[in-house]
Amino acid sequence: MTAKPNRKQFPVWLLSLAGLLVIWTVAAWLAQSRALPSPIAVASAIAVEAQSGELLLHMTATLGRVFAAFIVAMAIGSAIGIALGRNQQLNHFFDPWVILLLNIPALVIIVLSFIWFGLNEAAAIGAVAVNKIPNVIVTVREGARALDPAFAEMGKVFRFSRLKTLRHVVLPQLQPYIAAATRSGIALIWKIVLVVELLGRSNGVGFQIHLYFQLFDVATILAYTLVFVAVMLLVEYLFLQPLEKHSRRWRVERA
Amino acid sequence: MLDVNIETMVFESSDGGALEALRDLKFNCAAKSFTSIVGPSGCGKTTTLRCILGLESAYKGVITIDGTPVGTQTDAVKIAAVFQEPRLLPWRTTEKNVRLALNQSGSVTDAKLDALFSELGLTEHRHFFPTELSLGLARRVGLARAFAVEPSVLILDEPFVSLDDETAGRLRRLLSSVWSARACTALMVTHNIREAIELSDRILFYSGTPSRIVHQYDVPVQRQHRNRAAIDTIRDEIESLGMIGVTE
Repeated sequence: MTAKPNRKQFPVWLLSLAGLLVIWTVAAWLAQSRALPSPIAVASAIAVEAQSGELLLHMTATLGRVFAAFIVAMAIGSAIGIALGRNQQLNHFFDPWVILLLNIPALVIIVLSFIWFGLNEAAAIGAVAVNKIPNVIVTVREGARALDPAFAEMGKVFRFSRLKTLRHVVLPQLQPYIAAATRSGIALIWKIVLVVELLGRSNGVGFQIHLYFQLFDVATILAYTLVFVAVMLLVEYLFLQPLEKHSRRWRVERA
Repeated sequence: MLDVNIETMVFESSDGGALEALRDLKFNCAAKSFTSIVGPSGCGKTTTLRCILGLESAYKGVITIDGTPVGTQTDAVKIAAVFQEPRLLPWRTTEKNVRLALNQSGSVTDAKLDALFSELGLTEHRHFFPTELSLGLARRVGLARAFAVEPSVLILDEPFVSLDDETAGRLRRLLSSVWSARACTALMVTHNIREAIELSDRILFYSGTPSRIVHQYDVPVQRQHRNRAAIDTIRDEIESLGMIGVTE
């Protein structure tokens, strides 16, 4: 009973992608233009970049930045989110700041960061993190507001230390919110990392896309894009989903 | 010894009103005795427990344990609680829930923990998550957690409410034997007068709000002789004192 839906879903998913590929091929054949290369042209561009070692170099540079910015944004955003969710006065005071930050365009933060802190790695990663932090704050704050006081009281009675309370009482309750922030976070961050690389870095997928944009080489632009999307999907399926499943293992029906 | 002396405790409601929950509440529990509180619903029984546990501080008065005011005890004086809802962390296993209550400095050995789990019939459920347990089993884990810390004072807030009679009876006998083996000062709130008679040395009868103690009753028969008939006799005696009406 449980296996059937999976078996049914898999071909649909594959069929859907195949359909997209067919439409792309037909469109490319009709257009006959450098602006819309066929899937085969893109595949050969991937092969060329992979062979020269360029693909790996720029992919790792970008992945490193995505990872660093993600860790920084989640750590700072969660800490601030918990603080604002637990303290109403603090929240009243800082809420306008959060709203302001949420509404500053990513591009402005990136440009200002490079002007103020120079064209360096820290400024690049910091700019990406600052773009993501208000999202994390808003999501985690929601979770921190919904913390069950019954568990906090239990911890107080049994004299849990702050660290024990955070690890065993607070974070497990925030898990669904942190998972939501992670999901939306990864997707947002890698897009912003590309902009940062385009504006102020000399390597990474964003830098390469900018380079091939100037050369009007759409095939290579799509090559980098598709490979990076594939890697991000792998991260989702091999890392994020198993992690989430593990942290939800206790959610079973009462016997 | 647990010594409670609350002059007054007032709850401020959000609409600006105020409700005095407790007034001139004075009692003490002798060391290693079992005391029960019974009284009408909403009369501040649980509030009293929360004050003792240090979860409420907006009262005028003093609560001391062995002469030390609550909230300032060192590790030598431990309070443990069995809550009405078991309040187990659903994302941690039974055993982890119990172990989390222990502090690193604690002297509780694995052997003692094994013995406690086996006495409470939880050996097979050590690696279960609380979501996989029935309410009766979860309540036992709550008891295990409280006794594991080897408290000097044990607070129980209606520990057997909303269980069927048979399960509640079995758990009462379990509590009685586990408590006897590890004597500590116990204070329990209950709605069930027979439960109070079965387990207590002394029963405190609360008045309606603002609550104070209207009667203290020392249970005469020795604990091991409290069978059904003895409990009935005691219940009748309490009724003749006009106290049962207060509790219902």
